[in-house]
Amino acid sequence: MTKNCHNDYKMKFSLEEEYPDLSQHNNHMAKALTKEIYEKLRSKSTPSGFTLDDIIQTGVDNPGHPFIMTVGCVAGDEESYEVFKDLLDPVISDRHGGYKPTDKHNTDLNWENLKGGDDLDPNYVQSSRVRTGRSIKGYTLPPHNSRGERRAVEKLSIEAMTSLDGEFKGKYYPLKDMTEKEQDQLIADHFLFDKPVSPLLLASGMARDWPDARGIYHNDNKTFLVWVNEEDHLRVISMQKGGNMKEVFKRFCVGLQKIEDVFKKHNHGFMWNEHLGFILTCPSNLGTGLRGGVHVKLPKLSTHPKFEEILTRLRLQKRGTGGVDTASVGGVFDISNADRLGSSEVQQVQLVVDGVKLMIEMEKKLEKGESIDDMIPAQK
Amino acid sequence: MFDLVSNGPWHPFRDFSYNYLLLSHPRHSQGTSAMPFGNTHNQLKMKYSAEAEYPDLTKHNNHMAKALTPAMYQRLRSKQTPSGFTLDDVIQTGVDNPGHPFIMTVGCVAGDEETYEVFKELLDPVIEDRHGGYKPTDKHKTDLNPANLKGGDDLDPKYVLSSRVRTGRSIRGFCLPPHCSRGERRAIEKLSVEALSALTGDLKGKYYALKNMTEAEQQQLIDDHFLFDKPVSPLLLASGMARDWPDARGIWLGVIHGDLVIPLMPNHVSDPSVLPWHNDNKTFLVWVNEEDHLRVISMQKGGNMKEVFTRFCTGLTKIEELFKTKGHEFMWNEHLGYILTCPSNLGTGLRGGVHVKLPNLSKHSKFEEVLKRLRLQKRGTGGVDTAAVGGVFDISNADRLGFSEVD
Repeated sequence: MTKNCHNDYKMKFSLEEEYPDLSQHNNHMAKALTKEIYEKLRSKSTPSGFTLDDIIQTGVDNPGHPFIMTVGCVAGDEESYEVFKDLLDPVISDRHGGYKPTDKHNTDLNWENLKGGDDLDPNYVQSSRVRTGRSIKGYTLPPHNSRGERRAVEKLSIEAMTSLDGEFKGKYYPLKDMTEKEQDQLIADHFLFDKPVSPLLLASGMARDWPDARGIYHNDNKTFLVWVNEEDHLRVISMQKGGNMKEVFKRFCVGLQKIEDVFKKHNHGFMWNEHLGFILTCPSNLGTGLRGGVHVKLPKLSTHPKFEEILTRLRLQKRGTGGVDTASVGGVFDISNADRLGSSEVQQVQLVVDGVKLMIEMEKKLEKGESIDDMIPAQK
Repeated sequence: MFDLVSNGPWHPFRDFSYNYLLLSHPRHSQGTSAMPFGNTHNQLKMKYSAEAEYPDLTKHNNHMAKALTPAMYQRLRSKQTPSGFTLDDVIQTGVDNPGHPFIMTVGCVAGDEETYEVFKELLDPVIEDRHGGYKPTDKHKTDLNPANLKGGDDLDPKYVLSSRVRTGRSIRGFCLPPHCSRGERRAIEKLSVEALSALTGDLKGKYYALKNMTEAEQQQLIDDHFLFDKPVSPLLLASGMARDWPDARGIWLGVIHGDLVIPLMPNHVSDPSVLPWHNDNKTFLVWVNEEDHLRVISMQKGGNMKEVFTRFCTGLTKIEELFKTKGHEFMWNEHLGYILTCPSNLGTGLRGGVHVKLPNLSKHSKFEEVLKRLRLQKRGTGGVDTAAVGGVFDISNADRLGFSEVD
């Protein structure tokens, strides 16, 4: 273990003196951390030098909200999840529905295993999208990485993406060299990501050196998009108008595989293990890191008293069409999978496909003035 | 479309309550900009070449960017201070905040006293550029004897609305705000509260810890412009000084009305006749663990700068003595004077000034020239970079290093 000078310096102070004041806090980290755990872990650091205080800083600086449960901790590298498992295992368990340290996660990116999903009613489903994140093995994660590492990730990513052909062919736009014109176009397409402003993200350190080595790749059709060095090394997004989730998912899986092949050639595959699946910066994104969903018109169903219950049973969540916590506009909701860890990509997208299909049928019934009581699903 | 990354309107942090937090998805804006990074470890980075690690400063305009070179970076990148502060820690704020075409920001901070020594190759040129050619061999003079100030008690109150002097102090033996741990910060708070509580006579006052403040106390302090908020400036945040907010931060306030000290009490808020500071209140106030360990401020209405300066010097000297009785002194050396987080505040760390009505002079074509020749600077009455209101300007000294407090 590499010697971390600053952490050693802090060891001069007692546990009591260094323990954060979490009395006003409501996030997963604050729920899981105890003085015993802090005492046990405070002298440790990962081989790259990430320490307990680094893990928890974002949760200390952002007490949270009475109604929304934020995670409050991040990983700085792959080893964080091992070195600090005494804290991260309970956080993971709490966040991912009781997932145990001994559980195994199943990865299935074979799009052919998805049943149906190509026929969601376009009168209701406006658009479909699947996104995930990937971390490149051998580099530290955005809260911790240096400029040199970030640039190396960017370089490898560019190589991977520029090798893509067919429907994936496209162009990479580094944030720092973007022209005004390119920027305006990317904003109009809703592709451009800004320097984060959320204190949750910023307190973790992932915005250092912005916009150095950050960029966006998208294919000519604007249906496949990759963000480089934002909250994770890579964020991969497949999307299109209408309800053909199967096509979106196929493009997603095929594109991911092609990209992964290039990274593997350089002995820098994706971070993955059989317990946590794909390793990402935020513990909430472990497993598949996948959020697959649709923008769907459900003006009647969304005002039905059992709407929330239905979503919960279908293992889905709703958001407004601007993303998390925005209001829905015109009865249009963003409906996506709630789970990340403990079920596979195919399973999660299947839940979206089946669930949305059912909800559209419910909506149609409600339009006709009929009851949907006999359609309420059992808990999946 | 989905998960938009949109930038909404910028909201400054005004509210101390924990609900300031923007609770929605990380990508929706509300509030701040860059905040601190974790404690990045230097050894790992040495695997990469200096060139691979060298920051891109092509769009940058700050003192750090002017002074740093790839060769310098190469020489300094493997070093760290005894407490573990590294070159990247020193410069992170300047990398993250390219600056402004018209305002020259400093772009680097110290994490401890030793920073100014270990990284002198970078900080000496920054200091020289910022402080009018101050050389590495120059000596700084400290003079906190108010008797040496000639006059200053008769500035015309029809023009001078208020007078104020502030400075910062760092406690030797502790790391500075960009780097200090919770344990250190709390130790500084504890020591400061002990020292300040021992002040007597017309310097007597009360400490208000930020995290225990009631809504009423908070509002009162904001209304009187005493309260400091969690910083929102990306310049400050990127340095790491806002970590663990509001833990171990507070305000010590002594309000003097004649010989009577009226500490701020919530039940007085509704009775304005009891509040002295709306009239000719004279104030001595200390901020704990904001941008520096201590910020000491003396102010009052009207133009009696001599009185303000006297209280300032007396208070500071007493505080320093009290710290010494506890075995702690202020960081100071004969080259840099008082050591503070930002290189721009070295020397005296002093900004002394008045709010003065100069509606005609300020429009005179030679106004800027006059200020410059007098070694003064102007600001709006809201502080740096605000506009003047009603022809009232904040006029203060431009220098910090190379001149004494009395000078």
